[in-house]
Amino acid sequence: MNWASSEPAARTSVPATALDDIRMAFELFDAWEDTYRFVIDLGQEVAEMPPGQRTPAALVRGCQSQVWLHAHRDEGSGHVRFDIDSDAHIVRGLIAILLAVYDDHSPAEIVAFDIEGLFDELGLLSHLSPTRGNGLRVIVQRIRAVARAAGDGHASTAK
Amino acid sequence: MTQARDIAALRHDFPLIANRPDLVYLDSAATTQKPQAVLDAIAEHYRTANANVHRAAHALSGAATEAFEAARSTVAQRIHAQSPNEIVWTKGTTEAINLVAASYAPTVLGPGDNVVITRMEHHSNIVPWQVACERTGAELKAVDVSMHGIDQDDLAGKVDERTRIVAVVHVSNVLGVVNDIPGIARLARKVDAAVVVDGAQAMAHLDVDVAALGCDFYAFSAHKMYGPTGIGALWGREHLLEQMPPWQTGGEMIEEVRIEHTSYAGLPFRFEAGTPNIAGAIGIAAAADYLGGLDGAALRTHETELVQLAESGLRQVEGLEIIGPDAAKGPVVSFAIEDAHPQDIGTLLDQQGIAVRTGHHCAMPLMEALGLPGTVRASFALYNSASDVERFVQAVRKAREFL
Ligand SMILES: Cc1ncc(COP(=O)(O)O)c(C=O)c1O
Repeated sequence: MNWASSEPAARTSVPATALDDIRMAFELFDAWEDTYRFVIDLGQEVAEMPPGQRTPAALVRGCQSQVWLHAHRDEGSGHVRFDIDSDAHIVRGLIAILLAVYDDHSPAEIVAFDIEGLFDELGLLSHLSPTRGNGLRVIVQRIRAVARAAGDGHASTAK
Repeated sequence: MTQARDIAALRHDFPLIANRPDLVYLDSAATTQKPQAVLDAIAEHYRTANANVHRAAHALSGAATEAFEAARSTVAQRIHAQSPNEIVWTKGTTEAINLVAASYAPTVLGPGDNVVITRMEHHSNIVPWQVACERTGAELKAVDVSMHGIDQDDLAGKVDERTRIVAVVHVSNVLGVVNDIPGIARLARKVDAAVVVDGAQAMAHLDVDVAALGCDFYAFSAHKMYGPTGIGALWGREHLLEQMPPWQTGGEMIEEVRIEHTSYAGLPFRFEAGTPNIAGAIGIAAAADYLGGLDGAALRTHETELVQLAESGLRQVEGLEIIGPDAAKGPVVSFAIEDAHPQDIGTLLDQQGIAVRTGHHCAMPLMEALGLPGTVRASFALYNSASDVERFVQAVRKAREFL
């Protein structure tokens, strides 16, 4: 995907839950019901992608649900901005977590982030079926590929 | 013969089911669990009878060959084949269909001819025909379907005098629809087309009789009929198999090899290149014996009751639609819930210890025809109980509350 050519999408005004808040919330949960209610609620915060942007080119292949991803680079900060959406509620919640991690960061930060460590800490993958876990990793791979493409010199070292 | 009242006890024949009271396994259409008798047969083969077949000059190999060929006879009898020569071992349904598409199809197809399939086929009964048509210049035609079954008018319209092959699923893995194979065979007979049946979902639930079905080829997998993975069979009419060229070559399938020329072995060995899945053959025969020892009618009653119980429970769930025929069907219940992605439902069911399958079920053209991104599919087998179904329906209700 050519991140530079993507249109910046309109964002809703719902403030996204920050990564630290997500971490704290996960620590409190014992029952799977609480975890999933929270994940599904997080999904409600994800800006809905207009149908016109849900193009085949934006599809992340390898997920059982449909996932669309657009990225562009913020001219001022040089950070990568992501718009990601899905037709499945739980996936949207997982996308909210990925956005809390990756959105509005520099390419080098994105590539350097230890996402598997976070998944372990949240116990996220132990909750998910293998296909769902793989789907999540496929989105992460796409995000990292975008960041590497954007991060010129950093790309090869961060890999 | 097992009476209906005994079926509840059969659950104890299946170690995985018996050892996992926490799990409600409703994914038997993907693969069934295996009874102790099958596990024992395979272990016993390796412990006491393992040797390569059809080759060595020693007694152990002779005994292994005998057991291997006895397994072929058992499976032949299970489906009422005329002779064990009509049973070719394959890896499963997929390979059996590929064998017909690679060996038989090119002998009958050319430009202007056509192959008729339906839109409810599993990918394994679509892609081999696409490839065969590409190679031979024939046309692939797909008959329209609804969730209730094949569009009979469209079928009658698409089968024409240039149709050489009609390939159709016996029991749909998504809808549970049981297709009228004798009717399709009569239609095909009129234009001299061969009928290839994908029996993957039928073998565990119906008493398949290839003579009564009137088809020419029948493909199935052991692992969906309480047997092991990695083996299945193609049944074909002997006179058709006789005319077919080999498709894979090497050892076992030859009569005589010279560098200038090789002559091929007779049936069924001509289609079985290389060392076969010997333990698998022992396993599928044990599964056929296990099924043969049960009262088929009682099994069907049991499985039909589970389907009816599940459907009447699911119908109470708001926004839920059952995707399948009203008529009698195989033990499969597909459904969709308004505004809820099948994958989300599957995940929430998994959290509650209910194993189902979600998605397109390797039948993307069917999903397209139905206008659905996928379904949630619960599939039942003889070891499932009414209490499994109750837990399942309860779990679907709970998932619904989340979404
Ligand atoms: C209707 C149908 N056909 C074919 C197959 C393929 O069977 P196998 O993967 O065992 O070759 C399946 C299994 O998923 C099936 O359900």
